[in-house]
Parts: sequence; structure tokens; C-alpha cells
Amino acid sequence: MTDIEEAARGAERVNGGLDARLVVERGSFRLDVRLAAAPGDVVALLGPNGAGKSTALRALAGLVPLSDGHLLLDGAELGGTAPESRPVGVVFQDYLLFPHLTALDSVAFGPRCHGATKAEARALAAEWLERMGLTDHAGAKPRGLSGGQAQRVALARALAVNPRLLLLDEPLAALDARTRLEVRTQLRRHLADFEAVAVLVTHDPLDAMVLADHLVVIEHGRVVQEGTPSHIARHPRTDYIAQLVGLNLYRGKAEGHAVRVAGGAVVTTAEDFTGPVFVAFPPSAVTLHRDRPVGSSARNVWRCEVAGLETRGDRIRADLTGELPLAADLTAVAAAELELRPGATVWATVKAARTHAYLA
Amino acid sequence: MTSPSPDTTAAVDTLTGGPGRRTGAPRRGRNRRGAPLPLLLPALIGLAFLVLPLVALLIRAPWRSMPELLTSAEVWDALRLSLVCATVATAVCLVIGVPLAWLLARVEFPGRGLVRALVTLPLVLPPVVGGVALLMALGRNGVVGRSLDDWFGITLPFTTTGVVVAEAFVAMPFLVISVEGTLRAADPRFEEAATTLGASRFTAFRRVTLPLIAPGIAAGAVLAWARALGEFGATITFAGNFPGRTQTMPLAVYLALQSDPEAAIALSLVLLAVSVAVLAGLRDRWMSAS
Repeated sequence: MTDIEEAARGAERVNGGLDARLVVERGSFRLDVRLAAAPGDVVALLGPNGAGKSTALRALAGLVPLSDGHLLLDGAELGGTAPESRPVGVVFQDYLLFPHLTALDSVAFGPRCHGATKAEARALAAEWLERMGLTDHAGAKPRGLSGGQAQRVALARALAVNPRLLLLDEPLAALDARTRLEVRTQLRRHLADFEAVAVLVTHDPLDAMVLADHLVVIEHGRVVQEGTPSHIARHPRTDYIAQLVGLNLYRGKAEGHAVRVAGGAVVTTAEDFTGPVFVAFPPSAVTLHRDRPVGSSARNVWRCEVAGLETRGDRIRADLTGELPLAADLTAVAAAELELRPGATVWATVKAARTHAYLA
Repeated sequence: MTSPSPDTTAAVDTLTGGPGRRTGAPRRGRNRRGAPLPLLLPALIGLAFLVLPLVALLIRAPWRSMPELLTSAEVWDALRLSLVCATVATAVCLVIGVPLAWLLARVEFPGRGLVRALVTLPLVLPPVVGGVALLMALGRNGVVGRSLDDWFGITLPFTTTGVVVAEAFVAMPFLVISVEGTLRAADPRFEEAATTLGASRFTAFRRVTLPLIAPGIAAGAVLAWARALGEFGATITFAGNFPGRTQTMPLAVYLALQSDPEAAIALSLVLLAVSVAVLAGLRDRWMSAS
């Protein structure tokens, strides 16, 4: 090892926070992700089902062993440490509150295991429940708690062991839509107060964007993109993310304002680039016509076929194939006037100003 | 007497059982009305076959002389010995059987299927064979018994301890199977959750898993206790038949039948009463499932 490498490793050790490369092999599935976060950061692992997000979380907790890689937390290597000896707190997806324990005893469980006396542990637990606004439910068993309350008890239980790494597995997935909104706001506040690293796993982009400072998108066991929520929302690099944030996304080769995408279609953009780029535009930027538009100011005109129609709130989302596969949003009135039905031929136009091109 | 309407059956099942039963109940009601004779007849014979002997026991019971029969010292000795030995044997089964069940349910190791088969073997083994096997292992000249005798002066066969050993041998599979089943049904992620809170695997077992599977352990313990209480073959082979020392109730019943049939009937009734009490204690668990 050279002096420089030595110094670099030393510097890493001094820096607190999380520095991990998690490699887990299970049959044909291989997870290989790098994660880094400073104390106070909230990192969201976002990805479709089966991408390996939960496996990554379980590897951080020590519930699945690492096949390779490392796990440095505040400079200490934890890769080979048993889960009970890691300074880690976990909020599980369905909370896993112990059915036979009251909220108070559940929260006191961790401190008890860490050597506190029964009285100390209970006092600490009562403090945490108070901070979560749950003092009135200290004596309740999990059965007697609402979803939102159970979520807060689970959070209190995880925080009561004073973890240096807080892990949350789909923290809002078990809640109904109304509770979710409320709990999301509370959770955001608690995570903002948390001074160590928090990593949360979610498949909901809204949860990720509201709760996290940094997104890591995982697909097929690999990191496909990472960055701030706003950057990822505006510059998606895979179809999955584009769909999540509601954009049509194409990869192509730019020559000036023209981008030739896979399949041969050309998209005219406002930006001027040369070389490989992504082009994105929202479905609402697409206008549909029954006949080839004449004299339209839109620079992009494609002939398409309707593959499917789907109602989304007060809009209709049309799935189009043809020269350029794309999604278009229109009102129900417009859809009726166009006599849209699967198999119908339509012309789609998009103004160059509504597209957004960025280097791949 | 009319059969209960499907609605009543459904309502009763809603109180006692899960959703699966609820949906099945109305159909069963219809089937009962239309039971075909080739099925109904053997079913009734089967029912009579199981119930008639017990009814006969009640009919022939010497109710008049019952008080003095049941208050004799010999009966009390046998009953006390039976209860004590069955209870101690159950305790032994709990101490070594619950960890064994945990091992089978939670730890992956090569040959686990074989181990499970070995554990359940005493369940199907004729108890007399179990007794002989125990003699070969723990008898004075047995594989282990000889060393026990030489080194520690411990003799198991034909002692009260021997009764406990024989009963535990026969009863333990009931407990292990019951507890293992409950463990498999229990969510192992609760143990994981405990682990992430700093609990060692043993602490997680003691403070989380054990309370969760307590109903299964209780049911298994009752089964094992009932089996131990009724043990005959292994006990008489391994521990003999000494009044006050190794003569348990089943042995006393068998012996009394040779000399004093009335006493045998009275003793049998006591065991029947104990069995009914056990069944009543477990009715929520099994009767409602039928």
C-alpha cells in the first residue's frame, strides 16, 4: 500500500458516515451497489420490485452476509459483525412490532438488550414515545395501534438504541393513502432531526423525493443513477425512472437540434448538442390529431397507432406505438372528439420547446 | 332433531374459527342433509365403535362401591405416582424438546429430514419396543447404563426415575412436533427484528419467540402429558410394576383386571375423566377445527 493510499484510507476513517460496497450473490441474482453518505444524510434506494433494494438494506443490517465488498460506518468495518453488534436501527416494512409487548416494552426492548436496567430502559422508552406523541398509547399492544401509530412505535423502537445508521424498509407502504400523507410529513421531520445516516428503501418516487436528500436508483442489482431528487426527476437515465417521474424518454444521437433515436425517428429539440444524448418530454406536451396536421407550429410530427387507453384522474393516458413509442395525456373530451380507440391511427405533435435534451 | 341451518353453522364458525372455515360451513350443511347411505352407514358404525366401549364403561361402573374403591391407598399411590411422573416427564420434554423443535424449525443443517424422522420414530414405535430399547441403552448392562452405574452409581431401570424416562421417551415426539409446527407458522422475522435491536439469538428466542409460540408449547405439553399419563408398554418393560414405586395407573388397571374387575373399572373411569378434562382444555384448538 502506498503512502497516498494509506493517507486516503486514513482520511476515510476520520470522515464519519457510511461508505459501503455491498455485494450479495444469491443463485443467479447478484447485487453490487456502492453507497456513501455523510452523517445527517437521508439516502433513498429507489427501484422496481426485485431490484435488490431490500437485499441491500438487509445486508446493511447484517441479516444477509456480504459475498464481497465492505461496509464502513464511522470508519469502522462492520462487514463481518453480527447484526446484534451493529449500531444499526431498522424500521421494517410491516413494522414487526412484537405482538406480546406493549408499545413501551417494545421500545424498551433495545435498550434492555444493550445493558440498561429495566427502569432505565422504560424511562428511555417513555421519553421516545413522548417525542413521537404516543404517550397515551404506551400501554397498547400492536393490535390496538393504528397504522400510523404502529409506524411511529417502530421508529421509536429503532431510534431508542441510538443507532449510527437508521434503515427504513418501505416505511409508508403499509399505510392507507390518507394516513400516508400525514405520516410522511412526520417521518420527514424525524429524519431531519436524526444526526446519523438514514437509508430508506422505497418503490414510491414521491416518498423518496419528499424524504431523501439523495436518491440511488437500483435496477437488476445495480445502481443505474444517483443524485438529488430534483436532478433525477429532470434527467432520468432509464425508462423505469422516466415512467416514475412521468416523462417520455429516448436515447439518441444529436446533431444540432435534431436527435435521431433508436428506431429511426427524429426528435427536434430546443437544445443544441452533438453526440449521444437523452431527450425527454412529458405526456402532457403531446398533442394528438386525427389527420396529418397542416400548418402546425410544432416541429415534431409523428404518425402513431393507439396501443392502449387508461383513465388517470380527469385525464386519459394514451399509449402510442409507431414511428416513436410515446405516452400522451389528453382530456376525456379530446379523446372523444378524436374517436380514440385501440388500433386507431393518430398524428402526434410536440413543440421543440417542450422537449429537454441532455448529454448521456 | 333437525340439523342446524347453514346460517347458524356459519355464525358459530365465525365465532370460533378463521375465514376458511366460514366459507366452508354452508356447503357442509348441505352435504349432511344429502349424505348417501353407503357413506352414512359406515360412518354411524364407526361412531358407535368409538363411543360404545366408553358408554359400556359407564354402564358397568360400580357406582355404589366407587367411593371406597377410589379411596384405597393403592389407588391413591398409583394415581399420585401417575400424575407426578407424567408431570415430571412433561417437564423433561419441555426442557429438551423445545430446543430440539427450534433446531428442526430454524436451523438448516445436512440430514435435517433424517433427524426429524428419528425424532418422530417413537411415535410409531410399539411402546414395548421402546422399553426394550431403553433397557439396552440405560439398563444396568446397557450401552450407557453400565457407565452410569459404574461411575455415578445411578440405576434407572425399575425405579421411579425409570418411569419418567420411559414416559418422556414416548411422549416427547408429540411435544416436538407440535412446537415445531407452531415455530414454522411463527414469523421468523420477529427474531430478526429482535436481533437488530441488539438481542443475541438466544435472547431473541427467550424474549420474543418463546412468548409468541407459548400456545403451541402449551398444547404440545398437554398432549405429551396425556400420552405420558397413559403410557403402559415402555413403562412396564423398562421400569417394571412395583406398587408405590413404578406402578402407574395404567399398570394398576391392567393388574386389577386380573383380580378385581370392579376396581379396574373404577380406575379406568378416573383416567377417562382425566382424558375428558384434557380434551375440554384443548377444545378451542382442535374441536373447533373439525
